Amino acid sequence: MKLVVLLKQTFDTEAKIVLKDGKIDDSGVTLIINPYDEFAVEEALRIKEKLGQGEVVVVSAGSDRAQEALRQALAMGADRAVLVKTDGLQLDEMVVAEVLAKVLQQMEYDLILAGWRAIDDSSAQVGVRVAEILGLPQINLVTKLEVGEGKITGHREIEGGTEVVEVPLPALVTAQRGLNEPRYPSMKGIMQAKKKELKVINAADLGVNATPKVEIKEIFLPKGKQAGKIFTDEPAVAVAKLVKALREEAKVI
Amino acid sequence: MGKVWVVAEQREGKLKKVTFEMVTLARQIGGEVEGVVIGKDVKGLASELGEYGVGKVYVADHPDLEQYTTAKYTRVLAELINKEKPEVVLIANSAQGRDFAPRTAQRVGAGQVSDITGYEEGVFVRPIYAGKAYTKVGATSHPLIVTVRPNVFSAAEKTGGQAAIEEVAVSFMPEDLKAIVKEVVKQVSGRPELTEADIIVSGGRGMKGPENFKLLEDLADVLGAAVGASRAAVDAGWREHRYQVGQTGKTVSPSLYIAVGISGAIQHLAGMGSSKVIVAINKDPEANIFKVADYGIVGDLFEIVPLLTEEFKKLLKS
Repeated sequence: MKLVVLLKQTFDTEAKIVLKDGKIDDSGVTLIINPYDEFAVEEALRIKEKLGQGEVVVVSAGSDRAQEALRQALAMGADRAVLVKTDGLQLDEMVVAEVLAKVLQQMEYDLILAGWRAIDDSSAQVGVRVAEILGLPQINLVTKLEVGEGKITGHREIEGGTEVVEVPLPALVTAQRGLNEPRYPSMKGIMQAKKKELKVINAADLGVNATPKVEIKEIFLPKGKQAGKIFTDEPAVAVAKLVKALREEAKVI
Repeated sequence: MGKVWVVAEQREGKLKKVTFEMVTLARQIGGEVEGVVIGKDVKGLASELGEYGVGKVYVADHPDLEQYTTAKYTRVLAELINKEKPEVVLIANSAQGRDFAPRTAQRVGAGQVSDITGYEEGVFVRPIYAGKAYTKVGATSHPLIVTVRPNVFSAAEKTGGQAAIEEVAVSFMPEDLKAIVKEVVKQVSGRPELTEADIIVSGGRGMKGPENFKLLEDLADVLGAAVGASRAAVDAGWREHRYQVGQTGKTVSPSLYIAVGISGAIQHLAGMGSSKVIVAINKDPEANIFKVADYGIVGDLFEIVPLLTEEFKKLLKS
């Protein structure tokens, strides 16, 4: 089975956000595989292991630095990687999706996996847009996946419950937390990853002619909050004061 | 500004609150506010929207639309957009909306602004890095698809009125019917959904074990609140993933968020920082959560939470 994972490199979840010249400053920030994409990588590896055959290819659109994230996925066990360098291009979710789809059209795939969103921009669009461009059915926010003969069944999270959906292959699924526990790369995996293929393509050479439909006009940080009221009285008094404040001052009860 | 569409969110024949919140936003944006209702036996909902001042409602009513699937909703909405050419299309940022909005956007060649929490003169405000920063996003072309975070805009009031109702012819292609919904398992809980809840009571590592969440559930039941958890509590296996609030969990914006035994890791603050009022209960006065809390009690949660439950019970009964 040919498995492709779309992977984005993101800021570590603990990272503080600092603006420099109106843009988000990434200097000194630890970069990681987007946690939701890590579930997708893990799931692809498990499917391949279960079937006893197949190939897992990780594909990322980003800067040169995204090679670190791809190498990590290779160290986890992916077979090869493709980086599409998007430096210098005007991007929005549509352009990124068009770029990725162009690369995917030159590959073989039965199943494409991605995180349901990236924890940085959290747009939750690119995977689904890729599915639309490639004409694939999708199952979004999957917490359990079963691969059958020519089809897959995904348990997906919906408000107030779970929905079990079956679609024919090839298809695209997006991973949600709960799907699995991603493995850590082993020392052997890290050594092997160095020898695995990591192909670099320039997005500019792909002949994508989509242009951004949205643009970011401004980035700003939320206003710092005023120090709150802390009640340090004995518990019963503190509780009474708190409830009174919520009722009369904050008016939320 | 041309037509601004509100794509109604309905479940089992009832409009969800977010639909009326989107009507409020549509009015702020300006232009002609129109509605779209998709489902089976949903004509009644179209007239209901009219009572909220929506001038015209497109109704796609079809037996095959009883059960939501991505492909069916995308087919209906994309064709309608191509025909009627709205300028802005508002869709709820719910599990369903998130699923078909980007697919529809791609099909009609539109940009999308996801999970917005504000609107200012032609630009949409949305959090990035789970609220550690915000962006203002504008469209360079139309239509523009916008998914709207529930609970942020106030719900529109009834203005009285009657919508012109236009029935939309629905037909599917074979590929639209390939996805089969085998089962829908509903979580049996009387509590609201985290992302829709007006009040959330959340527990962290300080809860010390899964059994102690009963304390929070009791408090939540008095308040009609949802129960959330920090990543630490989820990683410890005390609560399911679906209840996690934070950068790798749910992003929530209730009017009241009560954080119990939560130290306030940046990851967690990111997911709940946009709550209107934050209350922290923690024994460590230095805990980060107090930096974002509007009100706090420093003390033993096992003593304080039951007292709080009793106090609210008294207040809400009277």
